Amino acid sequence: MSLWVLRGLREGVMTTRWPKRADSYADGWRGPAVVHDPDPPTRTGLAALCPTQAITVDDGAHRDVVRLDQGRCILCGLCVVARPDVFGWSAGATGRTASALTRDQLIVPEVPETDETVDAVRASLRQRTAALRRSVHIRHVDAGSDGSEEWEILALLGPVYDVHRLGIFFTPSPRHADILLVTGAGSAGMAGPLRTTYEGMPDPKVVIAAGTDAVSGGLLGHSEVTMGGISGIVPVDVWLPGSPPSPFGLLNALLIAVGRIGGGPEEAR
Amino acid sequence: MTATLNEAEVERLWEKLDARVAAGDRFAGLSAAVRPRPPAEPDRTPVLVLSVQLAVMGGIDTLEVALPPGVASYPALTPHVGAAFWYERVIHDQFGVVPDGHPRLAPLIRPGSPDDYALPRHVEGYGVFTFPHGPVRSGVTESIEYLIETPGEDIPHLNMRVFYKHRGIEQRFEGMSAAEGVLLAERAEGIASVAHAMAYCHAVERIVGCVPPGPASLVRVLHAELERIANHVDVAAKLADAGGLAVAAARFALHKERVLRLVSSLCGSRFGRSVVVPGGVRAMPRMDAVAIAAELDRLQKTIDSDADSLMATASFLDRLRTTGPLRPARARQHGALGPIGKASGYSDDARTERPYDAYPGLDIPALHTYGEGDALARLRVRWDEVDQSFRLLRQVADELAGFSDIEGPVVTSCDPSEGRATGWAEAPQGEVLYDVAVAGGRVSRCRLRSASFHNLVLMHDVFAGDILTDFPFIEASFGLSFAGVAL
Repeated sequence: MSLWVLRGLREGVMTTRWPKRADSYADGWRGPAVVHDPDPPTRTGLAALCPTQAITVDDGAHRDVVRLDQGRCILCGLCVVARPDVFGWSAGATGRTASALTRDQLIVPEVPETDETVDAVRASLRQRTAALRRSVHIRHVDAGSDGSEEWEILALLGPVYDVHRLGIFFTPSPRHADILLVTGAGSAGMAGPLRTTYEGMPDPKVVIAAGTDAVSGGLLGHSEVTMGGISGIVPVDVWLPGSPPSPFGLLNALLIAVGRIGGGPEEAR
Repeated sequence: MTATLNEAEVERLWEKLDARVAAGDRFAGLSAAVRPRPPAEPDRTPVLVLSVQLAVMGGIDTLEVALPPGVASYPALTPHVGAAFWYERVIHDQFGVVPDGHPRLAPLIRPGSPDDYALPRHVEGYGVFTFPHGPVRSGVTESIEYLIETPGEDIPHLNMRVFYKHRGIEQRFEGMSAAEGVLLAERAEGIASVAHAMAYCHAVERIVGCVPPGPASLVRVLHAELERIANHVDVAAKLADAGGLAVAAARFALHKERVLRLVSSLCGSRFGRSVVVPGGVRAMPRMDAVAIAAELDRLQKTIDSDADSLMATASFLDRLRTTGPLRPARARQHGALGPIGKASGYSDDARTERPYDAYPGLDIPALHTYGEGDALARLRVRWDEVDQSFRLLRQVADELAGFSDIEGPVVTSCDPSEGRATGWAEAPQGEVLYDVAVAGGRVSRCRLRSASFHNLVLMHDVFAGDILTDFPFIEASFGLSFAGVAL
């Protein structure tokens, strides 16, 4: 046993200092695609580049602006490869915009009226989670993931990310949980168990849709057996795209969910 | 090689299969597909075709037989070739075709009526009850429901319900272009993204008859072997966690994170996604070969050192020894894939038996043979494979050094219009099979079979006197992903 204690000490502290200090791996992360040029000279075939229909060229209300729904982006990069003049990668896994508080907030460039809505949602979420900030318990549920999301969530419990240092814990029981962290496209088979888990949690509770699959269904979308994300099963508060989301993205979403990131005096503590 | 039997022979399919398996071929899969009739025939009702896949030296053989018109049943294969047990349940779920004489035709990937959620009871006895463990379980796990029949301590019978995670992957393939299909293959079983992408691309490349450029096949092997190391280290972390070795679990979690970070600095994705494409790879690694080799050395040194300590921690080994044994005869009969088969003395590694990409040109070190089949043997096989992977990776890094000046995609043209072929790759869990059919430039049917699907059913057979506290060890030692089971 003592052998393992020594082994544990040998390499010193491996844990990131984020969010108190910046972390180069978080900042260097390649996030979902963005639109560099929303008004390119040639638009033909732009929408067809995306296998998940994340790109819209003409949506009626905002004519002829190229928009990209990051909630559908699976980071395949087909658009970036084909049209580097229009599309690129977002940088960094963290910050107040890496997760969204409304589904529409994930659409870039931003739809004009989003800001006010988001501020209102943020205020109400902060109010709801005021009591949770210092000690938060998470219940994870897989609602039809591809398995990689679970790996990234497990990484949070490892020595590099170590959520315990932030007062965040995972709990087996929904009765003890404040946050429901859901992965997967919303498989029909998991709709019942997910709903039961949600109902078993005490108020106040926050739901995080972790990953593009959970946000929109990703490549699977709506089908006979998937529900195009989890929002049709439980009400979602925080939307985190990524296929899968990085551990820093997950950490960031958790801190946004309890109001520790996103403005205010409590930030980043 | 595909052999097509005539309709009347569906009655004797089991006999033919039985004979092939007795002759040493391995049952590798069974699937069904609906096909339109040839235009010349007056009868327009579609036909249901059964395809049996058999692994032989150097390739995968397919035996095909169409069911006669109006017939929705055939004599079950399972009583003769036990490995077909879950496969026949899947085609029953998908097409309603009934294998006559199947021992237990309950839904597997699609739940039917509310009755399918009732708790089964196979064992009768004083105090025996059925404990439903899942689909939402403690810890961060994928959804599955284990139905554990127990009088309180030992586990005389275990059942599994995997349908919670059914995502309709195979149906989603239909209508995709060959290039889009690889994105879905990467998400069929997310922790083996590279192996799935490779198996899918091999099928597509076989349809076209193209061969990826040399550097591309090296990059594929680079990512496939890093994926293997990440998976095996993950299993070690889970076993250490189950054994209460907090420091060891943290150490292996750290090593796994370092492997994933290496992968992300090679390609931008921690899971090697969007690297493999039909005809080659999207780009060469972003690190130069010397830096890759240096990082591999550092990784191997720290992983080996901790693995040695783990394998010298007596209290931990005691928990694994004789736990969850898979008898060698059972492993052979089932054709157990990957480390599970190897730990029980049965090995059919696609990298050596049906080599692909850069493997034929690499020196693949031989593995030790084991026969105990317990959780300890499975862990030993994983460490041997990690060592093997590092040796392969070092050869790959050496060879990649000569291709440092390549920019952009490394592909040969690969655009299938018509045809069908089988592709395979050795995932960390074992062999992955893709049977891809393309019509009019689009995927018309894609049947995929993960090693997780083939191996998970063996959980039925490994609780020989093991008790509830052995459960986490046995589950972790299998190292499977349930995403790849229900699909």
